[in-house]
Amino acid sequence: MKLYCLSGHPTLPCNVLKFKSTTIMLDCGLDMTSTLNFLPLPLVQSPRLSNLPGWSLKDGNAFLDKELKECSGHVFVDSVPEFCLPETELIDLSTVDVILISNYHCMMALPYITEHTGFTGTVYATEPSVQIGRLLMEELVNFIERVPKAQSASLWKNKDIQRLLPSPLKDAVEVSTWRRCYTMQEVNSALSKIQLVGYSQKIELFGAVQVTPLSSGYALGSSNWIIQSHYEKVSYVSGSSLLTTHPQPMDQASLKNSDVLILTGLTQIPTANPDSMVGEFCSNLSLTVRNGGNVLVPCYPSGVIYDLLECLYQYIDSAGLSSIPFYFISPVANSSLEFSQIFAEWLCHNKQTKVYLPEPPFPHAELIQTNKLKHYPSIHGDFSNDFRQPCVVFTGHPSLRFGDVVHFMELWGKSSLNTVIFTEPDFTYLEALAPYQPLAMKCIYCPIDTRLNFIQVSKLLKEVQPLHVVCPEQYTQPPPAQSHRIDLMIDCQPPAMSYRRAEVLALPFKRRYEKIEIMPELADSLVPMEIKPGVSLATVSAVLHTKDNKHILQPPPRPAQPTGGKKRKRASDDIPDCKVLKPLLSGSIPVEQFVQTLEKSTQHPPVPFLLEQHGFSDIKVEDTAKGHIVLLQEAETLIQIEEDSTHIICDNDEMLRVRLRDLVLKFLQKF
Amino acid sequence: MDPECSRLLPALCAVLADPGQPVADDTCLEKLLDWFTAVTEAGSSLLLLQENPCLVELLFHVLKSQDLSSRILSFSLRLAGIFAAQENCFQYLQQGELLPMLFGEVGPLGGAAWTAPAVRSGWIQGLRTLAQHPSALRFLAACGAVDTIFSLQGDPSLFVASAAGQLLVHILDLAMRGPAEGHRSPQACDWPACAQKIVGHIEDSLCSTAVPQVTQALSVLTTAFGHCHGLWTQGLWVRLSPLVARLLEKDPVPASHSLVDLLLSVARSAPSSYRGLWETLAQTLSHLSPTQAGPLALGILKLQDCPQALRTQAFGILLQPLACVLEAAAQAPGPPGLLEGAAGNSMTVDTLLSSKSACVGLLCCALAHLGLLQPLPQRPSPWPQAPLLGAAVTILRLCSGSAAPTSDVGSRLCAILVGCGRVQRAALDFLGALSQGTGPQELVTQVFSVLLEYLVSPESSSMVLKKAFQATLRWLLSSPKTPGCCDLDPHTQLFLRELLPVLQKRLCSPCWEVRDSGLEFLTQMTRHWGGQAGFRQALLASEVPELTKQLLRDPESYVRASAVTATGQLSSWGLCATPAGHECPGAQQESLLVELLHILSTDSEGFPRRAVMQVFTEWLRDGHADVAEDAEQFVAGALQAASRDLDWEVRAQGLELALVFLEQLLGQRGSHCPYAVALPETAPPGVLAQALQVLCRVQLFEFAFRALFDCDRPVAQKSCDLLLFLRAKAAPCGSPQEAGDSPNVASVEATLQRWQAGEQGQPLGYLEPGAVVALLRSVDLEGLRDTLAESSDHVEKSPQSLLQDMLAAVGVLGENEADCY
Repeated sequence: MKLYCLSGHPTLPCNVLKFKSTTIMLDCGLDMTSTLNFLPLPLVQSPRLSNLPGWSLKDGNAFLDKELKECSGHVFVDSVPEFCLPETELIDLSTVDVILISNYHCMMALPYITEHTGFTGTVYATEPSVQIGRLLMEELVNFIERVPKAQSASLWKNKDIQRLLPSPLKDAVEVSTWRRCYTMQEVNSALSKIQLVGYSQKIELFGAVQVTPLSSGYALGSSNWIIQSHYEKVSYVSGSSLLTTHPQPMDQASLKNSDVLILTGLTQIPTANPDSMVGEFCSNLSLTVRNGGNVLVPCYPSGVIYDLLECLYQYIDSAGLSSIPFYFISPVANSSLEFSQIFAEWLCHNKQTKVYLPEPPFPHAELIQTNKLKHYPSIHGDFSNDFRQPCVVFTGHPSLRFGDVVHFMELWGKSSLNTVIFTEPDFTYLEALAPYQPLAMKCIYCPIDTRLNFIQVSKLLKEVQPLHVVCPEQYTQPPPAQSHRIDLMIDCQPPAMSYRRAEVLALPFKRRYEKIEIMPELADSLVPMEIKPGVSLATVSAVLHTKDNKHILQPPPRPAQPTGGKKRKRASDDIPDCKVLKPLLSGSIPVEQFVQTLEKSTQHPPVPFLLEQHGFSDIKVEDTAKGHIVLLQEAETLIQIEEDSTHIICDNDEMLRVRLRDLVLKFLQKF
Repeated sequence: MDPECSRLLPALCAVLADPGQPVADDTCLEKLLDWFTAVTEAGSSLLLLQENPCLVELLFHVLKSQDLSSRILSFSLRLAGIFAAQENCFQYLQQGELLPMLFGEVGPLGGAAWTAPAVRSGWIQGLRTLAQHPSALRFLAACGAVDTIFSLQGDPSLFVASAAGQLLVHILDLAMRGPAEGHRSPQACDWPACAQKIVGHIEDSLCSTAVPQVTQALSVLTTAFGHCHGLWTQGLWVRLSPLVARLLEKDPVPASHSLVDLLLSVARSAPSSYRGLWETLAQTLSHLSPTQAGPLALGILKLQDCPQALRTQAFGILLQPLACVLEAAAQAPGPPGLLEGAAGNSMTVDTLLSSKSACVGLLCCALAHLGLLQPLPQRPSPWPQAPLLGAAVTILRLCSGSAAPTSDVGSRLCAILVGCGRVQRAALDFLGALSQGTGPQELVTQVFSVLLEYLVSPESSSMVLKKAFQATLRWLLSSPKTPGCCDLDPHTQLFLRELLPVLQKRLCSPCWEVRDSGLEFLTQMTRHWGGQAGFRQALLASEVPELTKQLLRDPESYVRASAVTATGQLSSWGLCATPAGHECPGAQQESLLVELLHILSTDSEGFPRRAVMQVFTEWLRDGHADVAEDAEQFVAGALQAASRDLDWEVRAQGLELALVFLEQLLGQRGSHCPYAVALPETAPPGVLAQALQVLCRVQLFEFAFRALFDCDRPVAQKSCDLLLFLRAKAAPCGSPQEAGDSPNVASVEATLQRWQAGEQGQPLGYLEPGAVVALLRSVDLEGLRDTLAESSDHVEKSPQSLLQDMLAAVGVLGENEADCY
């Protein structure tokens, strides 16, 4: 059993598991932090961005000045943003049988895999994951396609040139594999390969393994996966949450008794408690708006935004903010808000019960009804007519490199009355803000990451007790910036196995059993014999039939009846049960007793040699790792007794060997 | 006993003895016992029983009856105890063999009734009351009661078990306090048999391997040394202290809590008379685990006189956990013995690292104990202020995760403590307590920076934040003034500049507790520093005043109340919010007054309205500029709103406001000491007449008289005091006849009578000053005051009414017969 690790990002995993005869890809996350190296794509011409000076080498060589621009001491690539794909060289991805998706954030690389690697398998995901994943992809494509950029930079990727660049460009990994965004056509084609599944549904893969999605509590339709055969169980835990937010709670019980638990997608900000962050978000939002400033919240169009809107719904009246407009701007804003209301079966219990009242499960419906929350596909069109300040704007993309957020950063960045509040944990806010420096606007970092923290993980592991834990290497040591925080790492016994990008792990467990069915008529013919209390044995002669990874023992075909007078020769008969069978042996040899017998003179003729010799007097017994060696020194003979074999090594005396063999057989049961 | 009660008693006894009659509740029986106690204390019990044979009959009947309730049985046992407390009466009851039947083995002790805890408790209490004389001791010995008491020490009912222990001590004390006490040697050999038996039992228990037995023995001894002060206790100590010391040899020490209680009880009584006590204490300190030793160490340090070596040892124990923390978190090995005599010992380190709960428990106890010790005059000297400050700061940093210890122990401590609210709260409390002392500037800077860290951190829970605000306030107020300069010192000013934006954010918190504690902090800070130029400047440059004003409309009533107090305080110092940033022009102030009046008359919750009345009172008392402009109108408005209020505290506060106003018009109330002899200082007639005119215009009398008949007693009392004060001031003004004749007064009196009867609908109408004076004379204010001073049940408290009530409850008095149909 092997695990191929194609992504180094712990929360955007992409791993391939080879288990029995299947090849299963677990998630295909897209690392978008690469876009932070690029200049933002403004919606309207930005004189500031277009007038940034080109970057030149220390010696004044300016051949890169078309591709690289400098802003407040940082260098950015002036090109269409590119993404860092999962490894495609480590394993032939056309051999992948299935892809299991755990949540909509972890499927953003799907079109790259399904459309460009020869993949012919099936993708399994829940309906909300697919629908919201589609929205995220659609938004991404829209953000990038609507501001076409003529220029495409590639010179800087040359390894020799990259070395000369300043950090972080110099240290960017695998830049040659970075790719531009996919198209809508590729998205549609990729999504058409998805088969929808429901929680706890059992899906057979070629009869070899069974995969089952379980609720993970993190997002609408988010799942963990169980991959099991008859005797082995692998759990794959991706983004999971134990907090009571909107999704169905996490199913922990089904993760019990795993041989291996692959653990990914823990919180990215383990020191920030989501509740405190929501409080901080509300306080800063209110403070800014009361002072007449605007608030910008860069966010994804789905997920935490639902919870934020719910908190604000409860907070705005009490904080006297009822008259402040809230704008949600995204090409998929409308669909996202509406989708959230129709996936009742995927919601937490409280929200599900609302549906029966009937009421919309999320209170943002009421915010929209009362005109407190307005949503627009983009800043163009209706929005520009309705726009009123001070206001609160939720818009993407959280990387601040594309989407409507770029416009608001340019618009509001110069005033210290305004505030940008970062709630998405995926991007380092300082890096996100770098191309906007110098910035007068206030910046608040309230990352809200509801995924499991290390305390919760340690409780979870105690509860479900997997034999082995496998996780990204980042989880096995404290964060580099806080090396003394030993509480911020996974603490389990045996220690977790860690992986990094482009690594292949041999998972530490051996498959020992395979299930074989016996046909009823064959079973009928068996005559079990009890060899010790509770254990019976029977010999069986059958034909093993293997098809679709299922093994069945069938009765052997009957020997053909001799027809006519011509007798067939027995030797030519290929029916196995016609051979003379040696008896099967079982039991173990009690060494002491065996040695005593060797030492004693034996009365009965079966061992006449011993009778003559009156037993051996020079027997030595040695213990070995696997059993014992009985040494008959004078006879230059060795008897190796092990758990599942016994060897008599006696080069010169066949008589003695046969006698010793018979003596050994005396101690064993035969049938 | 008064004859009427004697007349009712037989009927009552019959009711009590009748199992068919439902008995009045437990409270009645308790009151009855109280009454009998009072009667027997005042006179002879023997006489009482002879005059009221029904009582003895009741006791006999109780013994015979099989199906009496356990309450009555318990009552009878206690009643018998009360009577038998007098020796002659005891003899009298003994003649009838009543006592052995009640308390001996033939009584309830052997019967089914014994299973009721109430009966066992009654048995013990009866004996406790009875055991007052030598005859009682003989009786106890004869009926074998002491053995029963021994067994009751382990009773499943905690009340019974505890009472049994106390009874043992009482018997022991009685036995030893005989006439021979003065001559009795502390040696135990000539002690009375009863005492020998009890002490022997205690000895056996102390040697027992069962922890509950040891605990029982220790708690009996604790009571004995705590309550009995005869010479014999010294003998007891000599005899038992070796056994107590032997407990320390066991690992773990059994019943350590009780052991600590005992040793402290001995040490507190008269330590010098108990030989070897200090040695035992020192030994105990070194044997107990760090967690167990903490309370003992604190107790030792609180003792008035105690050897210095022991104090040092005890202090070392309290300091140890903090020393370990300091040592573990030190970047480089610090100077040895940072906390003198308390280098982190390995046992303490082990406890700290053994589990989260052990670590948190030990640290919280150590912090709490040291915090308690800090303000005491007998606290250890020299007090290691600087290392303690350092330890508190370090603990807070470990809890917030901002400390970066390099040692292994430090990292593990950090992992245990990070985010632990309990330790954070304890450490902040302790840090606040340490503000009373000084510290090196470098450490004080660290204190302020860690406090700011907590105030800023979004991870601070509301309770932690409250404590952080409190500690910050204490440190701010204790910061030294720059000599020769009346303003805040530069460090404080710098801190304020960082603090106010944080306060601003906290006032916008979605959590109401946070907004509330932020406002409380602001109020306190303004109260102390409202006049400091540096503070005023920083505050006015921030948005805090504006936010505070906005919080007057907060959805949470507690926050509104705090906002009212805070804006009131800000306004008193001319610091309230103004859009242009000017300091309170009149127009702005007026609008605040209107806003507060609006809250007073419309807010649905009591807290904000009470806060408004308090602010108004303060404004009036302090001569707030804008209130003083037209005080009459202000008072009239406030009183009018208060008089309609449903909350009695608002009305009472209204009277306080009225009193302040009165004092401003007529002069102080004189000495506040109730025992001082002072002649009423009457006001000069001219001033008085004018003042009365003003009081009539603001309708103060209407308010005060209405309050006089208020259904809530405190309001009525306050009003009564106010009117008495006014009458004293107005005494010589005019003769009663002059004003009393006017028809106005008669109608007002009639109205008042109706008010007294509960019909308060009709207004009093405008009163002339003359009529007021007449009214003040005619109303019996002293009488009213006396009536109000009585507790509300004074009419129903007499024994006679108790008996009548009990009888009426079962219908014996026959009043309710008609109801049967």
